[in-house]
Amino acid sequence: MTWSLVFHALEQGLVFGIMALGVYITFQILDFPDLSVDGSFPLGAAITAKIIFSGGHPLIAIVWAIIGGVLAGGLTAFFHTRLKFTNLLSGILTMTLLYSVNLRIMGKSNIPLLGKITILDNIKSLLPSFSHDQLTPVLFLFIVLLVKILLDYFLSTELGMAIRATGDNEQMIRSLGVDTKFTKIIGLCISNGMVALSGSLFAQYSGFADVGMGIGTIVAGLASVIIGHSIIKNGSIGWMTFSVILGSIIYRATVMVALRYGYRLGFQPGDLKLISVVLVVIALTFPMFRGRIRAIVASNGSNGMENK
Amino acid sequence: MRMNLKKSTVFMISSVIFFAVALLLMSGTVCAAPLKIGISQIVEHPALDNCRDGFVAGMEEAGYLAGEDVIYDFQNAQGEFSNAISIAQKFKDDNVDIIVAISTPIAQAAAQVTSEIPIIIGAITDPVAANIAERWESSGNNITGMSDAAPNEAQLKLIPRFFPEATRVGTIYNAGEANSVVQVELSREICQELGLELVEVTASNSSEVLMAAQSLAGRIDMFYIVTDNVAVSAFSSIVKVSLEEKIPIIVADPTFVPEGGLTSFGIDYFTLGQKSAEKAVQVLEGKLPTEIPIGKLEEPEDLKFVINLDIAEQLGLEIPLELLEEVDSIVLSGMSWNREK
Repeated sequence: MTWSLVFHALEQGLVFGIMALGVYITFQILDFPDLSVDGSFPLGAAITAKIIFSGGHPLIAIVWAIIGGVLAGGLTAFFHTRLKFTNLLSGILTMTLLYSVNLRIMGKSNIPLLGKITILDNIKSLLPSFSHDQLTPVLFLFIVLLVKILLDYFLSTELGMAIRATGDNEQMIRSLGVDTKFTKIIGLCISNGMVALSGSLFAQYSGFADVGMGIGTIVAGLASVIIGHSIIKNGSIGWMTFSVILGSIIYRATVMVALRYGYRLGFQPGDLKLISVVLVVIALTFPMFRGRIRAIVASNGSNGMENK
Repeated sequence: MRMNLKKSTVFMISSVIFFAVALLLMSGTVCAAPLKIGISQIVEHPALDNCRDGFVAGMEEAGYLAGEDVIYDFQNAQGEFSNAISIAQKFKDDNVDIIVAISTPIAQAAAQVTSEIPIIIGAITDPVAANIAERWESSGNNITGMSDAAPNEAQLKLIPRFFPEATRVGTIYNAGEANSVVQVELSREICQELGLELVEVTASNSSEVLMAAQSLAGRIDMFYIVTDNVAVSAFSSIVKVSLEEKIPIIVADPTFVPEGGLTSFGIDYFTLGQKSAEKAVQVLEGKLPTEIPIGKLEEPEDLKFVINLDIAEQLGLEIPLELLEEVDSIVLSGMSWNREK
């Protein structure tokens, strides 16, 4: 694997890492299986593409994308908390209606952004001595770390604690006088805002927005969260959020490996999903094997002792 | 007074009836009630939109003006096959004169719902494989129209002419799209005959295309992109990799050459729509759909040869002069320049 491929996997791992952090907030912290993600990711991309395409500043596009995502999360929360729909249905409804909303925003199914000024070009013009290849991973790393630090801080505030407690034990925290409807609304808004930010950055990085680009976002997000958690067992918030980003990078790297080397093992192009899943399973079971191997080594050692 | 009033009322009513009947008779002979045509496509997509617009333009050329002679009912299934069925049922309930089915699932749904209303297909790659027609020459049912089967052979034969040194061709497609799988299998055979190796990667969704394109860098001399919905939705991503890694793109659909492809020798979906309209006109003139063969755009005069000179310059390529003499259209300084045929 050449270095440029490693960097490409890293860049995409970081961009989708923000989305995975959003998924982490709902699925893990809030214990709310929010499927609106498949709609809010392309929503962020759609808003960004529309604004940049019509000549707006990329930074403004990013801000509006986040606002759009927050509103989408708010809508899911509204369905769930006010209209009393189940959490799954609320997410599905938002995801479904966002398809039409995204089409409305873009006015067509696909907006190409090649040749338009994106945030990457803005940064490049500030630092002309560096190339795109050098700046892109650094910029994404910076943004992801910024998001992570803000999120870590937020989750340690009183409100953040209340959100975490809502997911851990809703009845208990409600008996303490916390409005769990409110904590859910805030959690969903932040989560979808982050997912939309991820969509916005991905649109600028990959050069297009498309109504179909959100399909399967939730799967990638969940996979990243789970891979990360299985590798880093430390339960503190700072490590958990770090593990999610790491999980996202590993997930993208496995896809890259499957794309690049799958054929050497006799796989057909259509087997891509299968190879990715196999690689993910290996990544997931690796810590278990490590434990097993240790246990075997340890028991062999003790057996040896007894025999003596 | 009362009598007079009654008389005048009777007179008025009878004269109104007389005029109404006269009007009805006149409209029956002079201009029939406008035709109702239901047009449906599976998803918003530049190629499918062009096909639809081409159909309307083709009808207009044949003298069927939109809004006057024809009332169109445009529908879109928004990517969901279940919607395709509902739309077909709506067309049947509305008793439209013709259904125009753009894309395979729409045609399958329409064929499922009605075996009476004539169905004009547009942009269906292989109607026989899709099980909506018995043979290309005659569907054996209420279907006729145009196929958008890409002329893969003509396109791949361009490669040695552009790049005599090339040995490896990379393609990106969605393994879940039957239409793409057929094209890739065919391309593999043609590549073998031409002494080329086809390197294949897949992407099941437009956000995966970028990584698929990146994974091909260093393994291929050029991209060949078939008419795959996922790959063309993320065409900008492929262009990004093309420019970064200096790998030219040959694209099956000429619509995408101005977007950053180097060249195409392919079907113009607008022309395809116009040709579908010709089939519809034949049906309106009284022919049965079974009597009208399903057409393909294969003749060189129906295909469009496009070269993007901006991209050639960015990739540092020199286009052989004899190829430039054959082009129908070039892209230069961000503009398309067409040559009269």
